Amino acid sequence: MSLQIQHVTKQYDQQKAVDDISFNVQEGEIVGFLGPNGAGKSTTMKMATCFLPPTSGDVIVAGFNVMENPMEVKKVTGYLPEHNPLYLDLYVHEYLEFIGGLYGIGGKVLKSRVGEMIERCGLTREQNKKIESLSKGYRQRIGLAQALLHDPKVLILDEPTSGLDPNQLIEIRKLIKEVSKNKTVIFSTHIMQEVQAICDRVVVINKGKIVADDSLQNLLQRSDAGVSVMVEFEGNVEANELSVLKGVIRVQEVSKGKFSVVAASGVDIRPELFRFAADKNLSLVGLKQEEASLESIFRDLTIVSTSIENEL
Amino acid sequence: MLQILSKEFKSFLNSLIAYVVIGVFLVGMGLLAWVFPETSILDSGYADMFTLFSVAPFVFIFLVPAITMRSFAEERKSGTMEMLLTKPLSDWDIILGKFLASFLLVLFALLPTIVYYFSIYSLGNPIGNIDTSGVIGSYIGLILLAAIFCAVGIFASSITPNQIVAFVCAAFLCFIFFTGFDSLASLNFFSANALFIKQFGITYHYDSLSKGLIDSRDVLYFLSVIFVMLSITKLILGSRQW
Repeated sequence: MSLQIQHVTKQYDQQKAVDDISFNVQEGEIVGFLGPNGAGKSTTMKMATCFLPPTSGDVIVAGFNVMENPMEVKKVTGYLPEHNPLYLDLYVHEYLEFIGGLYGIGGKVLKSRVGEMIERCGLTREQNKKIESLSKGYRQRIGLAQALLHDPKVLILDEPTSGLDPNQLIEIRKLIKEVSKNKTVIFSTHIMQEVQAICDRVVVINKGKIVADDSLQNLLQRSDAGVSVMVEFEGNVEANELSVLKGVIRVQEVSKGKFSVVAASGVDIRPELFRFAADKNLSLVGLKQEEASLESIFRDLTIVSTSIENEL
Repeated sequence: MLQILSKEFKSFLNSLIAYVVIGVFLVGMGLLAWVFPETSILDSGYADMFTLFSVAPFVFIFLVPAITMRSFAEERKSGTMEMLLTKPLSDWDIILGKFLASFLLVLFALLPTIVYYFSIYSLGNPIGNIDTSGVIGSYIGLILLAAIFCAVGIFASSITPNQIVAFVCAAFLCFIFFTGFDSLASLNFFSANALFIKQFGITYHYDSLSKGLIDSRDVLYFLSVIFVMLSITKLILGSRQW
């Protein structure tokens, strides 16, 4: 087992950023780490890379505990931090050579590794430029190149695709998928398509707690518990008027006259909504059943658990 | 450590820092030592390098903090600290690498002033009338003093992500170390312990070295101040683990 997080808690003063979480990532697996902002994703990753010590619990990377053997852990992990910090005053190849040197790679091996990474990450034309003159997308590639340079066993990527244009997004995803064959990869994101595109498994974290840890397929099936319908009326409608309709579980007002209505699974409430509009003499301008997507699962998981917490 | 050192030094060379520091130091010292009549060696009537060794520390008080202020402060601000600390490096690797890089830059600035020695050597009457051992002692003193300033600068840079704060703190601490203790010792209030307090300052040991007598106690003083400063830096760097 390549990455084991066991009952890890991280406490900042009063606040628990991460609260007793446990999960494992196997070799050859790509795990998407999802959660809203401030959920504890980055904190967890920082603990797995020896930047922050866990308050309690164990993080074991490739068999080494981060508290007992930080050097060994650092040697086998490649890490792309959230804001992708780079030395802007260095040239691209100079920067990568520096990083390689930190891992004890030298001489010809270093040159060929750097050359290979530059090519794989599509930096060939930019390699003799200063990093400060490059755009966000290219910088992100450099960040990825430095994380991959020493052929790490465990790859920890904190929002690797933020700030990329759609073409670059696809390229980078392809690259991650390509390099991950015999590695353990965990990456955080809040772009759902990305998870769908490359992950085998998803771990969803909210307010420092894990709310889901399952394969994509299982998660998608699980979401059949509720079907969401987007409905839009012309005219005044109150949310509670809709919530009394038969089969409706939950109603959320998206904007004026526009509602997201969740019904029990197996119930099609669209005819019901249409009749409601006809009865009230309202014009129905939009009615769309949303496909159960990761996005709605994500919303369900994180919003529901938030509201439970608020009630307590 | 060597990787950090070479990277830091490359950054000095890639940016203007190295050229500005060396240029300003040499032009300033050149003007003071050879051109400005109040301090010019040519007008002083003595074949010695007193001007260089008395003015250089004051120039270093401003110049060295300017070199070191970015070392940790910038690293923290831009987040590269996180990148560095997650690489297989010990804290000492990082600290020593940065310290030695800035120290090396100061040495490069100081190196061309050896020409002064040869100029004065041949200008003396009779030729060669210069206190060579005094000059060697002074150089060792100046180099050690620069090393203390670098260590103080590195320390000041590690306490804040703001470069200006780092610069001001470092300049102030350098000033206190260089002349502050000396001046404190001259207060009436401390008259009973004057010598003891004086020995905390750099001046006492610097003057002693500049006489040409390389006393191990003086050298030990310099080395221990450097060690203490870098150790505090290590402590601050390690405080993220608390």
